[in-house]
Amino acid sequence: MSVDLQLAQAAAKYKNKQKIKDRFISVFIGIFALVWIFPIAWTIWTSLRPYKDVRANGLFSIPETLNFDNYSQAISRMDLPLYFWNTALITVPAVFLTLFFGSLIAFVVSRYSFKWNVSLLLLFTAGNLLPAQLVFIPVFKMYVSLGKAVGMPRILYDSPWGVVLIHVAFQMGFATFVLSSYMKTVPKEISESAMVDGASVFTHYTKVMLPLLRPALASLGVLMTTWIYNDFFWALVLMSSDSKRPITSALGRLQGEFVTDYNLLAAGATIAALPTLIVFFLLRKQFVSGLTLGSTKG
Amino acid sequence: MSSTAKDITKVSRRRAFSKADRTTLSAFVGIPLFFHLLLVWIPAVLTILLSFTYWSGISISRIKWAGLANYKNIFFDTPAFWEALRNNIIWLGWFGLIATPLGILLAYQIDRQIRGHKFYETAYYLPVVLSLAVTGIIWNFLLRPDGFVNGLFGRDIDNAISFFGNYDINIYVILTIASWRHIGYIMLLYLAGLKSVDSALREAASLDGATEWQTFKKVIFPSMKPVNIIVIVITIIESLRAFDIVYIIYGSSAGFPILGTLVFQNIAGEGASMKGAAYAVILFVLSIGPIIAYLRTTFKSDVQ
Repeated sequence: MSVDLQLAQAAAKYKNKQKIKDRFISVFIGIFALVWIFPIAWTIWTSLRPYKDVRANGLFSIPETLNFDNYSQAISRMDLPLYFWNTALITVPAVFLTLFFGSLIAFVVSRYSFKWNVSLLLLFTAGNLLPAQLVFIPVFKMYVSLGKAVGMPRILYDSPWGVVLIHVAFQMGFATFVLSSYMKTVPKEISESAMVDGASVFTHYTKVMLPLLRPALASLGVLMTTWIYNDFFWALVLMSSDSKRPITSALGRLQGEFVTDYNLLAAGATIAALPTLIVFFLLRKQFVSGLTLGSTKG
Repeated sequence: MSSTAKDITKVSRRRAFSKADRTTLSAFVGIPLFFHLLLVWIPAVLTILLSFTYWSGISISRIKWAGLANYKNIFFDTPAFWEALRNNIIWLGWFGLIATPLGILLAYQIDRQIRGHKFYETAYYLPVVLSLAVTGIIWNFLLRPDGFVNGLFGRDIDNAISFFGNYDINIYVILTIASWRHIGYIMLLYLAGLKSVDSALREAASLDGATEWQTFKKVIFPSMKPVNIIVIVITIIESLRAFDIVYIIYGSSAGFPILGTLVFQNIAGEGASMKGAAYAVILFVLSIGPIIAYLRTTFKSDVQ
């Protein structure tokens, strides 16, 4: 009895101590969290102030006016609609094709037992982990020589389709891996009953598996969209005309061009970040589950 | 007995494929496989072969065998390579000893649902969704000569601290920016892993009077082995492949050499030297270890 009481007292004391400690930890992490978002907040703050005002009164002055002028200026002077359109031309087909191809392989690998299933899955997953730099030279040469061979030099090189294809080829590995591990959680019986009913492989895929895959496809789609949207390596090396580049790659050049007007640049950067931020806040659950579905991405 | 039964179903299933089904299956596997091999694996092998040649990149008949010359040149006549390697190793050390442990620590605290944990999670994760191009611009606002930090120290543009240009500090500046992203990423991965840890384990430990640190070290950490391996692999791979953030700040100038940008400097453009291919192969060889570790962790159950 008394031992119990002592134990309970000790536990209560310990809990109290822990509570105080937790409060400290919370404050500490909280201060850091503010530091963490400060760079973003500062950029937004900068984007709302007119350049002239900062110029005249200094960086830390209390603003005379706050407005969205820099935003409308950025949209027209930086050609942002054009770059957004370029981004869409790359991102939309790339995401759809990646999900489509990934789901095909994942479907075959997880629903039929062939000897080479694991090897195939390994091949795709390992391919996704190779450094982009390792494949760049031959891909570049292939694109250029294919263009020469068919008489249309810009069929893949300096074309959105070239960038789309390389994204698809690479990201397909990740999509396959994620979707196949998701499909393994779908009971085998569903497939077996479809096969017993005499469904063809094609029906089995389109009518049975695809609808079941929808949540995984949504998560993966959100994740892929942000990755491909954010990528700038491929658009940089496989495109030569600036007017065809997606917004992320174009930003690098815009930064040089508008280097003196920081406030305008801040507005441009905020606009460029907006789609990913919207995705993050609206579809955060899908985003996070897409990332954790496959645990990682190299 | 059971194995023969299994064999029979296997055989009958294989026979059950109609001609149309076989065509469908071949297309389902064949088309994606074709693109993947053509644009990933075949180029990877070709780059390895090219790294042993001289080639200006124009016509295939002009390729000349070089043996190890490109590698010799890199190892013995290119000081930038060693400088880059040193920077990548510092990068790895920083990520491994500071950024990744911080991400894990954050995940652990947030998972305990301390006050405000939802807001904290969002705040730390926010930088991960931004593109590196935007990240570069954002930090430039803070660190440029007439930026926020110099302003805070009361330094005007003439005696401002050059955060990106000063060779003694620029690597730590870059690493701070890179960590801004990396910590949130690791936190999120670890957080997902922690959610799968049985809460009974934790309660049992705390009832036994274990301190938080003991609970983490003896109970939580060992039970997270697969996630730990993945986090380690990511830390190594990201440190070796770092490219975007450096490129966005320095362009293709030699302002801050790391392996990822050296490759890029040497392979971009028409008259590329195959030294670039050799750099790419070195980068690949360095990352083989972590790649294999990753594959082993994720495919353990499949291979059995």
